[in-house]
Amino acid sequence: MTDAARAELVLMNASRAAARRHASWRRAGKHALLVLGGLLMLYPLLWMVASSFKPEALIFREPGLLASEFTTENYAFGWDFLRRPFSWYITNSLIVVAGAVIGNLVSCSLAAYGFARLNFKFKNLWFAIMLMSIMLPIHVIIVPQYILFSNIGWINTFLPLIAPKVLATDAFFVFLMVQFFRGIPRELDEAARIDGAGHPRIFFRIMLPLSVPALATTAIFTFIWTWNDFFSQLIFLTHPDMYTVPVALRTFLDATGQNHWGPMFAMSLISLVPLFAIFLFGQRFLVKGIATTGIK
Amino acid sequence: MSALSELSRLRRRGTPASKSPAERNDGKAALFFLGPWFIGLAVIVAGPLAASFYLSLTDYDLLSPPVFEGLANYQALLTDSQLRKALQVTFTYVFVSVPLQLAAALGLALLLDRGLRGLAVYRSVYYLPSLLGGSVAIAILWRQIFGTEGLVNQVLWWFNDLQPFVHIQTQGWVSNPDTALGTLMILNVWTFGSPMVIFLAGLRQIPEMYYEAASIDGASRWRQLLGITLPLLTPIIFFNLVLQVINAFQTFTQSYIVSGGTGGPVDSTLFYTLYLYIQAFTNLNMGYASAMAWVLLLIVAVMTALNFFLSKYWVFYND
Repeated sequence: MTDAARAELVLMNASRAAARRHASWRRAGKHALLVLGGLLMLYPLLWMVASSFKPEALIFREPGLLASEFTTENYAFGWDFLRRPFSWYITNSLIVVAGAVIGNLVSCSLAAYGFARLNFKFKNLWFAIMLMSIMLPIHVIIVPQYILFSNIGWINTFLPLIAPKVLATDAFFVFLMVQFFRGIPRELDEAARIDGAGHPRIFFRIMLPLSVPALATTAIFTFIWTWNDFFSQLIFLTHPDMYTVPVALRTFLDATGQNHWGPMFAMSLISLVPLFAIFLFGQRFLVKGIATTGIK
Repeated sequence: MSALSELSRLRRRGTPASKSPAERNDGKAALFFLGPWFIGLAVIVAGPLAASFYLSLTDYDLLSPPVFEGLANYQALLTDSQLRKALQVTFTYVFVSVPLQLAAALGLALLLDRGLRGLAVYRSVYYLPSLLGGSVAIAILWRQIFGTEGLVNQVLWWFNDLQPFVHIQTQGWVSNPDTALGTLMILNVWTFGSPMVIFLAGLRQIPEMYYEAASIDGASRWRQLLGITLPLLTPIIFFNLVLQVINAFQTFTQSYIVSGGTGGPVDSTLFYTLYLYIQAFTNLNMGYASAMAWVLLLIVAVMTALNFFLSKYWVFYND
């Protein structure tokens, strides 16, 4: 090897090392940025957690996360602040959520099988109508819905919140499951058909067992949306005993004004616990659900 | 991928390919499987939609029967200054916060590219706020953070004491009509996690070989971003845009909680849906609220159609 070639090799190695060093600095910078951004995103939540354990007087004096005093008084006070203990409202919310989840799972998967596997008149038209109903804002139909439900005496029951789910009006999940069912090989149902199985049997024995991921996604998102839903629960539930968690929190805010931030944070945090739990345990389905369908 | 693309495919090609080889008609089975959906469509969706149109032509307060009065409600809408304010608030919110939210989502998605260590953790951290953002609890938190003695002001006090050069005036951000809407926009931007996850999924669809070919040709990272990533991502950007615009138009919870159900101060957070709620369920102007509902439907439809129309000029379809 000539000297010139050796020199060139050394230079090349040096620049490659420099490039590598450059890349690792880049990477470190990126991580620093991401960690900083993440802290900024989470700080309001962390601060809420910290504040809920601080004595009332300290919440507004110490912006930091660590307080000089620790107390659980906010939780005790907030839990019994309203007419009923907070568990009452949690129970109400859970009843609504359970009804909505079961309703959506059953009705949306049935409808989805219809669209994915059956032939019937004007199918494309019905399918288009179903897709368009996804985009219809609830606010457009809430007034006649309210009149309808009040005429049949359903105001201050959980039925106006559950019945629409049992009737597959969350068309979004119908679509989600249509997409999923289409991905299941048709050969499976054809084989079952040759063996004499009818549609219900194919649906229950073949499609549903293969659709657990889609069903899980539907259940999780129905849970989150119903748990967070404020608009329709505010409208249909006006009796204090029927309040769900979001409506109860609203009342809490109205009743205390600016006076009891500590207990209010405590109860707000409790209302977020189920969402955190889903976030921790159902993340696989959450991410997949959003990525494939674009839900929130 | 989405309901939207499915709709446009229906329009282009006619049929979603799902005809079975033997062209059978499963009318009876369809009745069983689609029965609940049909009833729901008729009773919960289509019926109320039609009823809402009829009510919009009446004066109705729930207590006495509706009185037909033609287009009077729509005429009243034209001169309603609060409605004009509500439209202004809602449009400002949509046009400012949605682009910011999508920019944040796209930026983060690009930073979190393939092979980054800790990707899953970062993704979770940035996604979490969008899971919680719609809840009453977070709206309550927001009201406090931006309150007179809230977290933002505490940080500003600390910052102002720390150094003598910059002084930022503290104030009650939610009680000041000039800044109240801004706090809600920040809340919307804070929930950029879900469009980010959609962007991440879109980025993963771009074949690695495009980048390999580009770097062999000596294209810089910047060139690769402008020449490959962004053009191939435009359908996803479009999808996110349509979705977030529709969502943002329907914002309710946050404005209700932050303003205590009034849309104040001085109507500065009077979102369209909140004003509709007040008209319908506080003032019991069911007819007027129904007219408002139809205007909302029209606005959302026009915005979506406009988005689709404009997409021809900037969305790049590979197929």
